[in-house]
Order: sequence, then structure tokens, then C-alpha cells
Amino acid sequence: MTDTHCPYCALQCAMSITGGKVSPREFPTNRGGLCQKGWTAAELLTSPARLTTPLVRRDGELRPATWDEALDVVADGLRRLRAEHGPDAVGVFGGGGLTNEKSYLLGKFARVALGTSQIDYNGRFCMSSAAAAGNRAFGLDRGMPFPVTDLDGAGAVLLVGGNPAETMPPFVQHLRGAELIVVDPRRTATAELATLHLQPAPGTDLALALGLLHVAVADGHLDEDYRRERTTGFDAAWRIAASWWPERVERVTGVPVADQRAAVRVLAEARGAYVLTGRGTEQHASGSDTVSAWINLALALGLPGREGSGYGCLTGQGNGQGGREHGQKADQLPGYRKIDDPLAREHVRKVWGVDELPGPGRSAYELLDALGQPGGPKALLVFGSNVVVSAPRAAHVADRLAALDLLVVADLVLSETAALADVVLPVTQWAEESGTMTNLEGRVLLRQRAVAPPEGVRSDLDVLHGLAVRLGQPAERFPTEPEVVFEELREASRGGPADYSGVSYERLRRGEALHWPVVVDSTPRLFLDRFAHPDGRARFVPVDHRGPAELPDAEYPLQATTGRVLRHYQSGAQTRLVRELAEAEPETYVEVHPDTATRAGLAEGQLSAVVSRRGRTVARVRCVPSMRLDVVFLPFHFPGEGRANLLTNPVLDPTSRMPEFKVCAVRLEPV
Amino acid sequence: MRKVVIVGYGMAGARLADEIRRRDPEAERVALTVLGDEAHPAYNRVLLSSVVAGSLPADAVRLHDPDWAARQRVDLRLGGSVGKIDRTRRVVHVDDTEVAYDALVLATGARSWLPPTKGLVDADGTPAPGVVAFRSLDDCERIIAAAGPGAPVAVLGGGLLGLEAARGLAARGCLVTVVHPVGHLMERQLDAGAGRVLARTLTGLGIEFRLGALAAEYLPGEGLALDDGTRVPAELVVVSAGVRAQTALAAEAGIEVDRGVLVDDALRTSDPRVHAIGDCAQHVGTVSGLVQPAWDQAAVLADRLTGTAPAARYRGTTVVTRLKARDVDLAALGDVHVEVDAPDAEVLCFQDPARGRYAKLVLRDDRVTGAIVLGAPDAAAAITQLYDRGLPAPTDRLALLLGRALPGESATASPADLPSSAVVCRCNTVSKGQLVGAWRAGATTVSALAEATRATTGCGGCKDAVCGIVDWLAASQPQPV
Repeated sequence: MTDTHCPYCALQCAMSITGGKVSPREFPTNRGGLCQKGWTAAELLTSPARLTTPLVRRDGELRPATWDEALDVVADGLRRLRAEHGPDAVGVFGGGGLTNEKSYLLGKFARVALGTSQIDYNGRFCMSSAAAAGNRAFGLDRGMPFPVTDLDGAGAVLLVGGNPAETMPPFVQHLRGAELIVVDPRRTATAELATLHLQPAPGTDLALALGLLHVAVADGHLDEDYRRERTTGFDAAWRIAASWWPERVERVTGVPVADQRAAVRVLAEARGAYVLTGRGTEQHASGSDTVSAWINLALALGLPGREGSGYGCLTGQGNGQGGREHGQKADQLPGYRKIDDPLAREHVRKVWGVDELPGPGRSAYELLDALGQPGGPKALLVFGSNVVVSAPRAAHVADRLAALDLLVVADLVLSETAALADVVLPVTQWAEESGTMTNLEGRVLLRQRAVAPPEGVRSDLDVLHGLAVRLGQPAERFPTEPEVVFEELREASRGGPADYSGVSYERLRRGEALHWPVVVDSTPRLFLDRFAHPDGRARFVPVDHRGPAELPDAEYPLQATTGRVLRHYQSGAQTRLVRELAEAEPETYVEVHPDTATRAGLAEGQLSAVVSRRGRTVARVRCVPSMRLDVVFLPFHFPGEGRANLLTNPVLDPTSRMPEFKVCAVRLEPV
Repeated sequence: MRKVVIVGYGMAGARLADEIRRRDPEAERVALTVLGDEAHPAYNRVLLSSVVAGSLPADAVRLHDPDWAARQRVDLRLGGSVGKIDRTRRVVHVDDTEVAYDALVLATGARSWLPPTKGLVDADGTPAPGVVAFRSLDDCERIIAAAGPGAPVAVLGGGLLGLEAARGLAARGCLVTVVHPVGHLMERQLDAGAGRVLARTLTGLGIEFRLGALAAEYLPGEGLALDDGTRVPAELVVVSAGVRAQTALAAEAGIEVDRGVLVDDALRTSDPRVHAIGDCAQHVGTVSGLVQPAWDQAAVLADRLTGTAPAARYRGTTVVTRLKARDVDLAALGDVHVEVDAPDAEVLCFQDPARGRYAKLVLRDDRVTGAIVLGAPDAAAAITQLYDRGLPAPTDRLALLLGRALPGESATASPADLPSSAVVCRCNTVSKGQLVGAWRAGATTVSALAEATRATTGCGGCKDAVCGIVDWLAASQPQPV
């Protein structure tokens, strides 16, 4: 029996594996709970869909090849394109499901072995807005700056744009004691658990947050001592919120004034309150500002940086936290260092033993959009991501991939993106390798190897090593043992905001609870004495409502929003291959108000086309009376013509470069 | 660079300055001068009722920080008096100086109208001692100074702003009487039925009403004598009887004026170099007096003056009236003066005066064209969204009208009533049928069912439901003899 953690979301539920079977394990985060995804996680270990040999495209078809053949094809291609077009002709696209070791080595590989600035990852589509806002407000971004179990004592929780009852079910246990207020345009399974559900029109969360700040001040709930002693910038933030009186906010958002007041009162009068955000409020072209507005509310109520209350975001992907800290992000170096900070560059250069480092590169969607374009990358290496399903404006992304000279995908199954590749490299998965993950509360977890990988499969670390050596790098610069990579990561992160220098496999094996930063001791709670800005204070950030980038009109009268379902994870590349999950949720669907369906000539169970300016998706109609009349919902886990992201709007947040996944204008048509 | 001069630093003028700088942040296209006649910076008039109610201090309603003008490269001149517009030379006289313009914007707002009640106004035209018009921040400060707990206060005018002031004063502990010349409150926005329910609600909050009565005379120190011979005691009289657009400056300059300064869709007056927005402007017969039209106009004019969208047009603003008074939830929109049996409209009406609820919904071609919603906050929000977005109304009109007041679906059905396919454990997709099957196969406890089906092993939220099924199955078994 080997103790490990679930391969899916950021809750990283503790589980054990015995003889290829999963059983839940007591742990503070999941308390012995597992959802259906976790229970069935082992099925992919023995799935016939598993890739066990490299594939190389020859005569238009992917055909089995040896590892040496495949790696040679890749290395030759990379060398050639780099020689012809320079180092930025090669791009790298990582994932938030990769272990810390893989994320770290991928970033190093890009910057050292390839010398490219063109690396980003799918976490840009996930955590970037919350991260940007957290950094602005607190000077540091750790999704939850407190242990998850602190929520058990909360008197009230405001959960904005998160649906953990579907996306991380065992987490819901921590919300049981609190009065739960859920902000979501849909009446989700999580909203059903709430004492108060605020149902704003999609893309109006920022106005709602401004309104709640207004109410907090007007109703006498501003924590004046806290504001004076621990924050700066209130006045400028208030000047804007002052113009968002609750009646105006109601008109923009559809959230009744009475509910706005009730929500603030519940938070202000609770014995300890938390504000938590999720993708629903973050995945907008104004996502960073929207999260800033929620943090402003939390600051006005005096919540962050005190034990028993706070602000946090619910990280999505398994290693969505660690993945954004160790250098696969276009603007960052390991330890959550900024790539344009000379001291940070100097430190990392020394650890890596190199003279040069590239600067910042394109963000995820901009990188994908530039592929094969003049000045854009000619080759792309994809690790742990299925961009033709998960990126916005997916048909365009597929076109860009097709324009590449060389597309290389490392994955454990033939994902939709892998199927388009020139070279596919079969890699190990969670239980077949060791590595660390950093969960949603900033706790570093060790996932230990439990079973031997199938013959023919190599770890991502092996792949990077093999390619680096072929590209002329010294072998020892790209270790293949996770623990050796981690030892180097410790040094690279030392002194950075996300300092892992005191974390070791040995301490993790002993079961120590280590929340970063860890120089010697763990830091379960950040900001109790001071925030991470030089003056020690948190900052109110003056932000104003802008609204969705694309408004409904006569041609596209409805708004589509996208999201997740319990039985699938991310692009569904893995979970769609698990029999039990695929049977429970076999195909995509569109949730729609029964009146809206009728008006479009549709009925429950029929197929409908959902059409936006960017594409057309086909989905089965589910009539849901709690939907707003002007909103439809689609899950994004499904492939082919069922891809919700064929519709989505790639307009980007100016700060985080997050695309606007959560709202675009559409119409329904019978098929 | 275009020289734009805004006369007036109230909500419209300040907003226009903001909108211009939003489009031209580096001051590359527009050199901006703002002339304000009040000594203090612009403030948010909408929030004055909150100031009167005591929920916001006066400095919290300022629209701009003290360093706003310097930061935004705006030449802000406060406290001066604008004498005259010379349209030939294109200059504005301010005290002894001249300010040149390429485009001039009148945002001079409106002033309170004081009814011709005997004694209300002094010889110089200003309110008599003990009388305050409810219009400016200074007015608020005067009201607050005079309105101590227990003080009798009369409010002249039962329109939107008068009622907001009355509610705020009642919250301060004043003994408030509203005198209104019409038979029901807010007659512009409400029908008689809604007006009655509103009066009843406000009466419950300690406000008294004299409806259909005119104030005949103000008696300083005593109060008001009404035209029906009765008296209303008052140490303070707050006047909220309407406003008049400030058009004198335009009229003197020979610009066309009616009830307001006449403007077209480009917000141009009869002189194309002179514009007007906000409470002083009259657009297609409407002098709005509300903030949303002023802001919409500011956005359009900023588009034009900065060249961002030179063809931008103002086409009017859909007005939704929302009473900002604590514990009273009232929205009114569109045309509500329609009889229930009107042949050309679908009209629904619901009255529940005892609980302070009144709802009237007017629909044409399936769209909301008018509504009054009192005491049903969520219905008000939903109907406003339908109206603003022009959405077809849901077929279940009654549910729309009642909002959450409608009883929800039965929360906990008995296990016996659940269909076999009903999912009991959502985290693991376990149906009632699977649980029953596992129970029959010998898993007769919750933990045994968890072992067999994984029900309850996710978030644990279905534990009670699974217990219920176990109890139900056990009870429905034949008892051993």
C-alpha cells in the first residue's frame, strides 16, 4: 500500500493505492472523502487507451517509433528551426497538473536548453487573475494564505464564482459550519447549499463587488481601525465604490438591493468571515480587477491577515499553485520570482550555471495565437495540456497548431491535441512517478510512486533530459530523479517569495505539514503580522466596472457561460476515458431556461447548435428553470463539435492576460 | 488641441471630465477647464439622502480627491461666478477673467423650486429661517444641524426625493410629516393603489402624511398651516417640491431655451459650439433631473469631443425609478398608468397591503413595458432586468410577479416518493435504485452502503438522505413473527 494524493484537482485528496485500487485516506483537506473522479482514478493506470510507445507522423499518420527515433526527430527539428529563425522560434506550453519538479525543469529547459522566452502554461487560463490581484493587494499570491481547515470555524463564507460541490466535493465539508453566500449566475449545486444565493448577470461581478463595498461602508461595517493600521488606498477605492450605490448595482447585476445588504450584514456580523473566489469571477477580461474588488471588500471588513478570517482563491488544477511558482509562466522564474527583476535573474542564473537568460515571453493565448505567424514560434512543445479543447476560440487555436512546422505533445493518452501532433511522447502519470504538488492552501505534498509504469513509457523529466542532451546540454544539468530536481528547486527558490528551501522529501515523507514559504518552519498562515508589501500594509486597489467585452445583440441575444461538471476534469482527456465517469456524463449539453428553449424551437433532450461570432457547438438541451432567461451554460470538457471553447471570446485581461471564458454572446438554433 | 470648457462641476460636469480623461488620459487631444460655482469639490447628489439618513458622512460623497484636477490635468476653477458667454469671440467671462473655448458645455444643473407658500421665502428669494430646500450638500448640513431626535419636521413634497429625505429624517428620530398636494404619493411613477400601500409602509416606519393638502402658510417656530385649516407642527421644513433647470446663462447668450436648454442627439444647443448635458438640458422634450441620463449624455459627449466616436448620438435613457429608503423596496418603470382590463396590454396586479406588497406588471408583445414592484425585492430586480434588456417575460407570469414569495419545490421528499433513478449521492453518482439494490444484497447500514456504493464518501452531504433510505427500507420489511 502506498500513500498518495488524487491526480485531479487542487484539493489533492489523500488516498492510498493497493494493488491498483484506490481507497480514501484521512487528511485535513479531504477528511477521508473522495468524489467519483478520485475513486475511479486508478482506472487509467491500466486503460487500453494508454499510450505506451512514441508516435511520429509519417505520410500524414502517427506511427509507432522508438524513443531514440522520436527524440531525434524532435531535437533535429528544434535545432533546425532555432538555427533558421532564432531561439524564440520554439515555444513551450506547460500545465498546472505537472508536478513542481516538472514545472521547474520545463521552465529551465525552455530558458537554458532552448534559450526561448516563449513559454507559458494553461494556468494562465486558470489562476492568473487571482494571482495578479493577490500580488497587488498583499504583495504575495498564495491561493489560500491559511489552511483549509481554518474554514471549519468560519461564521460566514462568501464564495464567488466557485462551484466546489461539483469541482472539489470533499472541500464542501469545510463549509458546513458557516452561513454560506454563493455568487453565481447559475443556481449550481453549491448555490443550493447556500443560505443566500446572489445571481448576477454574467460579467457583472465587478459591479456587485463594488456595490457590496458601498453597502459595507454605508451600513457602518467598515473596520476603521484595521483600515487605518493595516491598509492603504481606501479613499481612491471608495471614490469609485461611492458611485455604485446598491440600487444602481441592482440594475446592472440583477441582484436585489435587499440581498446585497443581507450578504454584507451576514459577513460583517459573523464570528469570522471569509471571501473566496473561483474561476467564475476570475475568467474575464476584467478578471484581475474583479478579484481586486472582492479583496477590497474583504479589506473593508477587516478580514485578511487575521486568524479566523480572510480572503482566498480556490485553486483549480492539481498543481495550480506550485505550477505558477516555479518558472513555466512567461514572466516568472522559480520561487515566484519576476523574470524582469535583475536580482532574481542573477540568483537563478547562478543556480543554473548559465550566463544568459531570456526575458519575458507571450502569455498563453497570445503564444497560441502567434504560432506559425510571422515572428511567432514555428515549433511548440506541449506538456500536460490539451489546448484544442481548453483554450478559448478553440478552432482558431487548432488552425494555429496546424500552421506549425513541428508540434510535439507529451501526454499519457492521445488527447485531442496529441492527435494533431507531429511527435507524441508517452509519459508517466501520477501513481507511476514521484513528485511534489502544492495544494490550494500552499501545502507541499509528496506523491510517491505506487506502481511501475507500463513498458515504453518515460517520465517528463526523462523526456526533457533526453532532448536537452541532444541539444548539447550537459547531462547533469537536467536530472531525471524527482528528488534531485527538487533539491535544485529548493536552491532556485531560496529567498524568493515562494521559498521552498526548507522543504525536503525527507520532511514530507515524515508527514510534516509544510506550507510555503519554508526556510526552516512552515508558514500555515501568512500576513498575520504584516502583508508582503515593503510597508507591511495591504493595498486597496481602485477598480471600476467595465462589463463583458461582448454584449448580446439582435443576432446573438443570449449570453453563454462555461464551466465544469463533477465527473470530468479540465479538457476531459483523462476522465472521458474512465468508463464509470463517461457513462454518467457521456456528452456535452447546454443548460437553458425552458422558455428560452421553447422560443428557440427546442425541447429537452434535443440537440441544439450554440453559435457565437467565433464558432458553433452542438450540445444536448437540458431545460433548467432556475437559469436566467438570457443565459445558457455549457461544460467545457468535451471534444470535437461539442467543444464549448469553440464559442469563447479570447479577449484578454490587460494585467493577467486571462481570456474571457465566462461570458460571450450566442444564439441557439435547432440542428 | 481642442479647448473644452465645462460650466458646472456637479454630477454631470464632473462625469464629463472623467469620461473625457478616460478617453484622453494624457491630455493630448483635449485641454479641459471646469468652472464650478460652489466652493467645494463635486459631490454625488444621489447619496445626499444617505447623508441625511446619517449612513454616510459628507466627505464620503465627494466625487473626486482633492488632487484630482492636478492629476488629471484639468484646469479646475471653483467658487467663481460665470458672468456671460460671448459666442462671437468664444469666451466665457468668469469674474474678471476670460476663458476661451472651442467647445463649451453647459452642465449648470437645476435648482430647487419653492412653492408659493406664504412666508416660505424671504424677500431676497432665499428660503426663510427654518426652511431648507433639499438639493445641495450645504442643504444637507443645514438639515442635519436642525434635525435632532424628537424634532418635528415637515417635508413639503411626496415625490421620490421628498420621501427619501423623510425616511432619512425618520431614521434620525425626527417626527416627520409629509405634506403632498396630490391624493397619493409619487403620482408620476405610481398608481393610486401602489401609492396607498407605500404610504402604509412608510407610516409603519413612523412617518405621517397629509395627502391632497396644500401648505398655505409657513409660521416660523410653529410649522405649516394647511389649506384645509389644519396645522403641521415643524421646527424645520424641508422642501422637495421639484426643480427647475438653470437656463439663465444660455438664455442670456441667445441660446434656445424651453424648460431646459434645448439639445439635439449630438447634445448640441442651437449654437453648435455649445453643448448642454444633465439637469439643465432638454432632449426631445425631456428634462430628466436624474443621474443616469446625465451620465449617458456625458459618455456620448466625451466620445464626440475627444474624437473617439465623432458620430456618437444620445438616444435617451430608459428610466427605472428606485426609492432609496431603508426597509422600503420600491421600483417603478415604464408606463404604469394602464388599467388592468386595458384591451391592448396584458396587465397583472397583486395587492397585499397588510404585508406592504404591491406589484403591477404591464406587458405588450410579451415584453415588460411598465411595472411597479413594492415590497418584493427579488421580483423588482428580475423585472428590471427584463425591462432593461428587452427580454421576453417568462411564461410563468405569476412566479415572476411574486419572486421568491412563491413556495419552492418541496425540499425533502420522503424516500418512498423518490424515483429509483434519483441521484442521492451526487459526488459519486449513486441513485436510490443502486442503494436499494445494495441494501437488498445485504448492505443494511449506512457504512455498509458506503462500502458497497461509495454513497456518502464524497462531501458527506447525503448522509441524512441515505439514513432515511435505510430507515425506510427497514420499516417496509415484513417484521419477523
